Amino acid sequence: MKVLVWDKEKCIGCRTCEKVCSQTWFKEENRDKSRIKITETENGFESNFCNQCGECILVCPVEALTRNAKGIVRLNDKTCVGCLSCVGFCPSQSMFIAKTEPKPFKCISCGVCVKNCPSGALALQELPEPLEKVFYRRHF
Amino acid sequence: MNIYKNKYNVDQIKENHKIIAEFKYDIKKLSLGYSNKTLHINLGKSKISSKEVSQEMKDKFTGGRGFNLKLLWDAVNENTKWDSPENEIVIAAGPMSGITQYPGTGKSIVCGISPLTQAPVDSNVGGYFGPYLKFSGWDAIELQGISKKDVIVYINGDEGLIQIIEAPKEDVNSHLISEQMCDIFAENEMDMKSIATVSAGQGAENSFFGCLNFSFYDRRRKVARLKQAGRGGLGTLFRHKKVKAVVCKFSSLNFNNNEVDNLEMIKEVGKNYHRELYEEDDKQCDMRHVGTAHLVEIMDDYDLLPTHNYKFGSDSKTPKISSPIWREMFTQGIPDGCWYGCSMQCAKCVDGYVLRTGPYKGDTVSVDGPEYETAAAFGANMGIFDPHFIVEANFYCDTYAIDTISFGTTMAFIMECYENNIINKEITGGYDLSFGNGEEALNMLHLMASGVGFGKTIGLGIRRLKKLFVDKYNADANFLNDIGMECKGMEYSEYMTKESLAMQGGYGLALKGAQHDEAWLIFMDMVNNQIPTFEDKAEALHYFPMFRTWFGLQGLCKLPWNDVEPADNAETEEPAKVPSHVQNYVDIFNSITGRKIDKNEMILQSERVYNFQRVFNLRMGFGTRTSDKIPYRSAGPVTNEEYLSREDRYDKQLQEKWNWNPKGKSVDERKNKLRQFREDAYQQLCDAVYKRRGWDNNGVPTINKMKELKMDLPGVIEVLKKYGQ
Ligand code: SF4
Ligand code: SF4
Repeated sequence: MKVLVWDKEKCIGCRTCEKVCSQTWFKEENRDKSRIKITETENGFESNFCNQCGECILVCPVEALTRNAKGIVRLNDKTCVGCLSCVGFCPSQSMFIAKTEPKPFKCISCGVCVKNCPSGALALQELPEPLEKVFYRRHF
Repeated sequence: MNIYKNKYNVDQIKENHKIIAEFKYDIKKLSLGYSNKTLHINLGKSKISSKEVSQEMKDKFTGGRGFNLKLLWDAVNENTKWDSPENEIVIAAGPMSGITQYPGTGKSIVCGISPLTQAPVDSNVGGYFGPYLKFSGWDAIELQGISKKDVIVYINGDEGLIQIIEAPKEDVNSHLISEQMCDIFAENEMDMKSIATVSAGQGAENSFFGCLNFSFYDRRRKVARLKQAGRGGLGTLFRHKKVKAVVCKFSSLNFNNNEVDNLEMIKEVGKNYHRELYEEDDKQCDMRHVGTAHLVEIMDDYDLLPTHNYKFGSDSKTPKISSPIWREMFTQGIPDGCWYGCSMQCAKCVDGYVLRTGPYKGDTVSVDGPEYETAAAFGANMGIFDPHFIVEANFYCDTYAIDTISFGTTMAFIMECYENNIINKEITGGYDLSFGNGEEALNMLHLMASGVGFGKTIGLGIRRLKKLFVDKYNADANFLNDIGMECKGMEYSEYMTKESLAMQGGYGLALKGAQHDEAWLIFMDMVNNQIPTFEDKAEALHYFPMFRTWFGLQGLCKLPWNDVEPADNAETEEPAKVPSHVQNYVDIFNSITGRKIDKNEMILQSERVYNFQRVFNLRMGFGTRTSDKIPYRSAGPVTNEEYLSREDRYDKQLQEKWNWNPKGKSVDERKNKLRQFREDAYQQLCDAVYKRRGWDNNGVPTINKMKELKMDLPGVIEVLKKYGQ
């Protein structure tokens, strides 16, 4: 599966990625609605976006979260009831929620930020799919 | 998916349906958490009608349990018995019920005049019914009258249609009928989540402690799961009315069916709480993996796990029924919330279980639970430390609709009677009902459900059994009153209270009977010694029952309040109250309703309904100091065996606490002295609590108190005057 990766050394903190992301998915330039977030810390820039680990799949009460054929974790907006469990239970806190949006959103490896990053800090990398942690299948 | 050897025939069930009444209504959006209408079904007359909810009703009764009690009060009179046609089952969700963003927000509350206690009871339950009912347009449903034939009440919240349907062919037992309702009323498998069923099995027909099963469809397991409104025999009442099921269909659940005032605030509070659970639960109660069963070993450690009919508080065999066993038996990795968005997900389940006994022997089923109460009652209290027995008995209790707490506590009482030769094989029909005999306990359960033999007798519950054993078998009434663990006619739930006076009050002073949902003060009192004086205990027995009543008014689950706590909770001024979670509730209530209450107003909302319920008890002939009497076993050692098992502790207390030297005294003398001190302390506790609650010395709310609460309704004043106010 193709996962977004970010290079701390190359990032210049211009946040073009945030702008193009929210523009692409929400038709507005709004950092809160970007699926990638860059923050400045004492140790330079840090990034936050989904690494497709799939932990959230296990907490969704309505099976709105699934891994698609390409291995990417997708949120089905029609099924989602906006419970925000996935937001609280994302290990890296990369499931985002924003004002006026009742449902969460996350990086789906679309690559638009990769194309627009002026410093080449972002890439889509082919990584092995994590072993699915679905314990319960064995019972049925 | 459950696998049955003899699968039912859905077509045949449907063919026999006959619609006997129908009612159409307009579907309207909710407003700020309320639908502002309630539904009335008269089963005797096959009539369906609708009532408005007034602003005054909301101001005085808030919702949920408050609405239920108000509607029930209007429906009955002081001569109503549990089996009178005018008695009702009332089910409501509260204004907060049904939001998806915060854990524990999908509860229903059920009320009625109880077959067990003859007084009003309330029972809080998960599953999808309450919120679906509200979103279908109804803040509450009243079921009144007695149908001549078995019926289903069907509420179609998608179409605005209500039907009473003659239903001769459905199974009665809940695991089957809940599934059959999905088969019949859902469009397809995907739609089964839209069906929520209330039902009660054949055990409810043949015992006085029948429970109600509220279903929710588990889309991963493909099973209609069952949650129980367990206490007070409401299932018995349900089947007495000849209702097989009340079904609600609602398929358009979304993030804001409540049409709340401030969704952003609710999102914020919910998001933070989910994160707190994620970070703390594994370190604290581990609710997400073992549910409430995490308590088994903790209770044993503190000598609080009722063993052999509450004689003792621990046992060397407890590891056989404690949480590591359940962790292994419960399927992990499924979001087991009994309502959408409950990430505490304590509704654990044993899957792929092959039944070993009874009518469904050989079937493969998913078993809901066991929860702590069931594991403690069946495992320790009956002395059957066998997880497989517990799971088997749990399954059958649920599907037969027998309250596991009342069943376990009653069986423990029966076992002690058996070991004391109060009853014998001649009376039991040849069964050896000693402690620890799991096989015979299961036999009793199946007999009880079929209404046969000594099993049926056990289904009378402890209060009626005591009378029977005295009248028929010449048993010593005093001894039975000491060891029969019931208060107000309701069997005790599963905590030892001998060393916590405050908790003796938690049970004894609870309005509906011996259930711990009003107050659980053992750690505060006994372990941490935070409430040493009578006044301190009375304050706790005021605040916590009021605070926890609020869950019932709103349609909330208690568990997310304090089964996980913020990391810094211990540093707050009043950690037992979990202040930050109280604030969450205040914030969410305000965000839903657009009101601006604070934590004091919250207590006031509860006090109104709580005092109203006490007056309701009085109206039905109960609810004075006499009703609050507790069996001595809950306060101290009844037998010499019990005294000697904790001899050092008791001797030390006699000396240090009461300045009475036990040296050289016989066991009887010491035991009797201890009893005198402890019984006296309980009465002093009652004095202090009545005073704190604004009641007179007989436990009757004063007219002034009711005025202060603006609950001086004409009917209320009339009752209070009869009690000398
Ligand atoms: S917010 Fe939506 S996607 Fe996330 S867990 Fe809840 S229902 Fe599933
Ligand atoms: S904590 Fe448990 S009982 Fe309470 S709502 Fe959640 S799953 Fe249901």
